[in-house]
Amino acid sequence: MSEGRRPKIGVVTFPGSLDDRDALRAVRLMGGEGVGLWHADRDLRGVDAVILPGGFSYGDYLRCGAIARFAPIMDEVRGFAEAGGAVVGICNGFQILCEAGLLPGALIRNRQLRFVCRWVDVRVETSVSPLSADLVAGEILRVPVKHGEGQFVASAGDLDRIERDGLVVFRYCSPEGAIDEPHNPNGASNAVAGLRNEAGNVVGLMPHPEHAVDPDVGATGGQPMFASLLSSTLARVSTA
Amino acid sequence: MSASEPLHRQLGLTDDELGSIRSTLGRDPNRNELAMYAVMWSEHCSYKSSMVHLRGLPTEGRSVLVGPGQDAGAVDVGDGIAVVFKLESHSHPSAVEPYQGAATGVGGIVRDVISMGARPVALLDPLRFGPLDEERNRWLFEGVVAGIGGYGNCIGVPTVGGEVQFAAAHTANPTVNVMCVGVAPAERLVTSDREVHEGSLLVLFGAATGRDGIGGVSVLASNTLEDGAEERRPSVQIGDPFAEKLLIEASLELVDRDLLEGLQDLGGAGITCAVSESASRAGLGAELDLDAVPLREPGLEAFEILTSESQERMLAIVHPDRLGDVRAVCERWGLSIAVIGRLVKGGGLRATLGGAAVADVPARSLADEGPVYTRPMAAPAEVEDAIADDPTFATVTTPPDEAFLAVLGSPNVASKRWVWEQYDSIVQGGTVMPPGADAALVRIEGTLKALALSTDGKGRFGALDPYLGAAHAVAEAARNVACAGATPLAITNCLNFGNPERPEVMWQFAQSVRGIADACRVFETPVTGGNVSFYNESGSSAIWPTPVIGMLGLIEDHRLAVRGAFTGNGSWIYVLGETFAELGGSEFAEVVLGSLAGRPPALDLERERRLHRLLIGAARSDLLESAHDCAEGGIAIALAESAIAGGVGFAVTLPGDQPGHVGLFSESASRVVVSVAPECATELEDAAAKAGVPFTRLGETGGPGVVFDGLFETTVAEIAAAYEDAIPKLLAG
Repeated sequence: MSEGRRPKIGVVTFPGSLDDRDALRAVRLMGGEGVGLWHADRDLRGVDAVILPGGFSYGDYLRCGAIARFAPIMDEVRGFAEAGGAVVGICNGFQILCEAGLLPGALIRNRQLRFVCRWVDVRVETSVSPLSADLVAGEILRVPVKHGEGQFVASAGDLDRIERDGLVVFRYCSPEGAIDEPHNPNGASNAVAGLRNEAGNVVGLMPHPEHAVDPDVGATGGQPMFASLLSSTLARVSTA
Repeated sequence: MSASEPLHRQLGLTDDELGSIRSTLGRDPNRNELAMYAVMWSEHCSYKSSMVHLRGLPTEGRSVLVGPGQDAGAVDVGDGIAVVFKLESHSHPSAVEPYQGAATGVGGIVRDVISMGARPVALLDPLRFGPLDEERNRWLFEGVVAGIGGYGNCIGVPTVGGEVQFAAAHTANPTVNVMCVGVAPAERLVTSDREVHEGSLLVLFGAATGRDGIGGVSVLASNTLEDGAEERRPSVQIGDPFAEKLLIEASLELVDRDLLEGLQDLGGAGITCAVSESASRAGLGAELDLDAVPLREPGLEAFEILTSESQERMLAIVHPDRLGDVRAVCERWGLSIAVIGRLVKGGGLRATLGGAAVADVPARSLADEGPVYTRPMAAPAEVEDAIADDPTFATVTTPPDEAFLAVLGSPNVASKRWVWEQYDSIVQGGTVMPPGADAALVRIEGTLKALALSTDGKGRFGALDPYLGAAHAVAEAARNVACAGATPLAITNCLNFGNPERPEVMWQFAQSVRGIADACRVFETPVTGGNVSFYNESGSSAIWPTPVIGMLGLIEDHRLAVRGAFTGNGSWIYVLGETFAELGGSEFAEVVLGSLAGRPPALDLERERRLHRLLIGAARSDLLESAHDCAEGGIAIALAESAIAGGVGFAVTLPGDQPGHVGLFSESASRVVVSVAPECATELEDAAAKAGVPFTRLGETGGPGVVFDGLFETTVAEIAAAYEDAIPKLLAG
């Protein structure tokens, strides 16, 4: 990373967010500056990118992410995304982005109807996204998933458009990169693990890269994702 | 119980207990007071049958900061860090309503830890069910696991371990225990030493109070379950993990900012328990305004407000000057808060509702002056017969490879992945060794230290010899922690038994407590607290006497932790410890011979301790590539699990002086299978000799094969499939 300014990455804490501290720790560990953001504020505190972390915002009552999208800070996040700022939704954050209409599709109960916490492999499908900017399609990264409602679904029309426009960023795969049922932990359509918007600045994913940056506690497939986030953010703010 | 019974008996109080309430008050108690005594003097809250025995447990040690008697014990792990931990039962509610019973068990133990001012960092769940071939047992098992996940996954505390066992004795009464571990700066612990002032406010925050869990501790937890137990569902509380998560954050912020004089969770016996204990501890009384308690629905009666076990509530003791700050913190987290009373001079606990006095009793009499019973004890006659019928020398016709697959695929031994994949084991980012290992390892943030955690119970051994079963449970828990390279520091326990009014059960209890005490003295692991769960029986069938031990160990540098997986080809495999012909109460005897009899393996506590020291020293000098405890299924299973975990095969030769099945499946205590690089072998042998631990080199790791020389051969892939598929297959029906 270039000298001087470290990218400021904001992490929103909603009531019921669980992986917010972990996301802040991962940002720090990877060389960024983590900035805590509060759901009730209308202030992004000058951050260069925003992470909506994992957890059960508002208890995930009603529907995952359905209440969080009405939080005051989400107006700011929406404006920030529309202006081209990088927004990353992890797990519950992905669900919130779909509920907010910033990403297509929805996340429903896992096909096996049970919560699943497991290390999986994902295949990078495109380098167009804040989390994959430094990566090459075909790369395989090991990251954990932990969710009860992570099965990605979309209407046939949306799914066609998602594939046609290359919006899938990560797909569940075998350790060798094959897309098959045994390696799909939740029954997601087209093995979608992560998705971007058309503009390429908003990305959501069910796996938890923030839990895959520290070799002491597991594999490190999250490192290149965070490295991409930091370097692409820095590139954007230094040219802005 | 029938409606024609006098009220005190309906509430679970005996005639004698009513007598002592009368003499304390100098009058008849009113209905509300009776309800308060019924919950506080229940077995669950008062420990009235167990207290005389629990006094024999060692509770003091260099590192103990808080011993038994508070919400949870606490241990000093150096660098000014305190670790708070406790194990508790939620078996009775889970038997009636498995999802909510287990979920609220998690919630309750987490609040015990936060009430000490510690951030919860790990959960472990030791569970016991009846066999999975019965549909109701599958319903209980699936419901309990879903409830633990449904609650634990929502509050941001990783579930890192536990155990799951199956036995017919747990068919009517599953055993659901939950352990929570928390970390706090030692100087910030909220202990009973804190100065509490007359005039300080009793502040209730969190969820509103409703009609759920009325009499949970008395009607439900202090009684056997008979037919129609489903009718007791109103006594089971309903959990809201979202509220609990907010409660965790708000409570810790209040403690961090030093805004509190005291903090107490509301669990069993609700407001009555939290207020009477807080007041009694401070040597004060309390005035309680029940009109101020936020209610979920209007019209609750005084006794309902006083004893409701509605979840996700905490009671803070707050100096009036701090009330504004406390209110601001709670409101920021979206929690309701209410001043429900104040501490006053004298020892009386007076409650009013609608302006009228509804109760006036001495706080101490509720919290600390409950009855204490020395109940009669008698050794059950059938135990002698069972011991005499030892399967160790039975004729075995099953070929060793078939026996091996049967034991490996037995639900007690088989992989519990189906269970722990439903738990978030990684949130908070400190899980160095996740579920599936001998001990879970959780890093303490900002240090190299890690906590090694294990929960263990030895049901079959305990059924045959409760003293030995209990001592084995402590030994195995300590061994599991030592296998990781950690030093055992202290234990908590959950003592799961039948009806203490039966002399046989009381005898089992006394024997078990003695076994725990003796083992803990030798291992220097004091008991910092725990929980007693009696009345785990239905009709005439009680659960096995099952003390479950929650062991806390510490490793100074988690990078030196030893795992239970073979790491590669060409390592030398040793067994540390000695194998004797001991199949009494073994997994092999039950699965292959259909025998639940015999004498459990002998246990030499000093020998066990030497093994722990050897393992801890070997880890410190980075000598071992793997270490795995020999427990259910003996050496054969310890080798198999090391191979499956590492994806690396092995070839071994068992010592030839014993029949094949004995060498494979004996469950002799104090043994560990380790692997070392060949160039480290001499150093290990020297260390073992110096430590006084016998050792035998068994063979080598490597390749895809699993070879027991002269007995049978198979492959890692084949045994891994048998190990992983067993429980999912049973659940598929």
